[in-house]
Amino acid sequence: SSGSRDDSLRDRRAQMLSRGLPKQKPIDGVKQVVVLASGKGGVGKSTTAVNVALALAANDSTKEVGLLDADIYGPSIPKMMNLKGNPELTPKNLMRPLKNYGIACMSMGFLIEETAPVVWRGLMVMSAVEKLLRQVDWGQLDYLVIDMPPGTGDVQLSVSQNIPIAGAVIISTPQDVALLDACKGAEMFRKVHVPVLGLIQNMSVFQCPKCKHETHIFGADGVRDLAKTLGLDILGDVPLHVNIRETCDSGQPVVISQPQSDAAKAYLKIAKEIVRRLPVPPA
Amino acid sequence: LLSFLPERSNLAGVRHILLVLSGKGGVGKSTISTELALSLRRSGKKVGILDVDLCGPSIPRMFRVQGSDVHQCDSGWVPVFVDQEKSISLMSIGFLLEKPDDAVVWRGPKKNALIKQFVADVAWGDLDFLIVDTPPGTSDEHISTVEALRPYKPLGAILVTTPQAVSVGDVRRELTFCKKTGLQVLGIVENMSGFVCPHCSECTNIFSKGGGEELAKHAGVPFLGCVPLDPQLSQSLEEGRDFIQEFPKSSAFPALASIAQQILDGTSQRSS
Repeated sequence: SSGSRDDSLRDRRAQMLSRGLPKQKPIDGVKQVVVLASGKGGVGKSTTAVNVALALAANDSTKEVGLLDADIYGPSIPKMMNLKGNPELTPKNLMRPLKNYGIACMSMGFLIEETAPVVWRGLMVMSAVEKLLRQVDWGQLDYLVIDMPPGTGDVQLSVSQNIPIAGAVIISTPQDVALLDACKGAEMFRKVHVPVLGLIQNMSVFQCPKCKHETHIFGADGVRDLAKTLGLDILGDVPLHVNIRETCDSGQPVVISQPQSDAAKAYLKIAKEIVRRLPVPPA
Repeated sequence: LLSFLPERSNLAGVRHILLVLSGKGGVGKSTISTELALSLRRSGKKVGILDVDLCGPSIPRMFRVQGSDVHQCDSGWVPVFVDQEKSISLMSIGFLLEKPDDAVVWRGPKKNALIKQFVADVAWGDLDFLIVDTPPGTSDEHISTVEALRPYKPLGAILVTTPQAVSVGDVRRELTFCKKTGLQVLGIVENMSGFVCPHCSECTNIFSKGGGEELAKHAGVPFLGCVPLDPQLSQSLEEGRDFIQEFPKSSAFPALASIAQQILDGTSQRSS
């Protein structure tokens, strides 16, 4: 029948295509990898990645958490985690991650000067990402949070083809242009068979500190509608609070410096929701 | 192997080419590109926008032409016009996708090939300004775009940043990129600079303030102005409306109009 012939053609094509692709190999010592992506730039991936990594550790002090900044062109993690300097090398020639607030971090930002741009084509980026994944002495981690760059290109492909990812979380603001890109981000993960755990709505609403009037600067509820369309859950809603940005700029993320604040509570809740949706970790 | 060259290059009728860069994502490059085009149109100029953000093309939506098709003509692709008068024309990968939600998950070489086509094969006709809206970063798209545009001597680049430290850091890198590639920096725009509560008029610096201005001073490039956070601007972009025409009293209008004026002044100085 033509149905089974189509199937066998499709299987054969998949087989041939997969021959050229890199094999997925887990990172030594890392139990589960959670990826934070968006598609759109500037929606708060790094801010959320930093606070979620700290929240995962805060919710369960027995867990070891690492944070990888995969944004080769615009690494923000060093500033937000108040870390600077070149990583040391272990006897085995692996890079030792820099640690702050109990989180092991690695970023392109540690390997280049602050003002130096990384003007690289895709091929070099691939090898840089490979190094940041495999040539780091992560030790034993329960969770490795990876902060992705914006877009749906080389870095996203390299990461998802190289290592098994337990789940991806997509962040968006309520604006249409951001949602459009978030949709593309979700589609991309579907293409590379990475499970999407849910969406985070960021910068949802702003409350004037003086008169408490609420303004939806970037629109309202867009992410909820998108979640419904894509059949995904909303893991959390983070409002626009000046203290989130202030604390990140000063290298003392809000989850650590103001744990009682609404913003911190939102991140702690998101971390809980992520853990709930992850598969049971390997022993 | 000599390729067949058209008699007249598709960019021969374009008077000024300018790039909108950032380094940082989400600071408002597409927004500024759009508003700049609308302001220049108000001053009677014919403008084109080339959207080389292949992963996240925002431009079609900002003009409410996201469903449009691209047609071919003898000299190549016909850009999409946003109005009857053909005062603003656009080219974006957004028009070439089958469905607006399709993801473009490409590696560098494929992106480079398309960008070369976008630069050489779009029949722009006669334009006063061609604005090139770029994606965040300093990667394949940027290198290819600058290389492909080099023979046409672009006017320069406008760098957009938000005031916060992480943005300014990325834009500092972008400045170095411009220096290395010989692209003149026309100026820095500090976007999302302050929010004025519509209820009580208290101004909150959600994304901090002054970072862009300081960077411009430090780097010795012109500072084009601060654009405040304006919900009417975001809404107008969502709906693909002409903010410059319809909201002249809104808080972001004076800054946006001033940026366009400075660009116009710069070009008239050059030609005199």
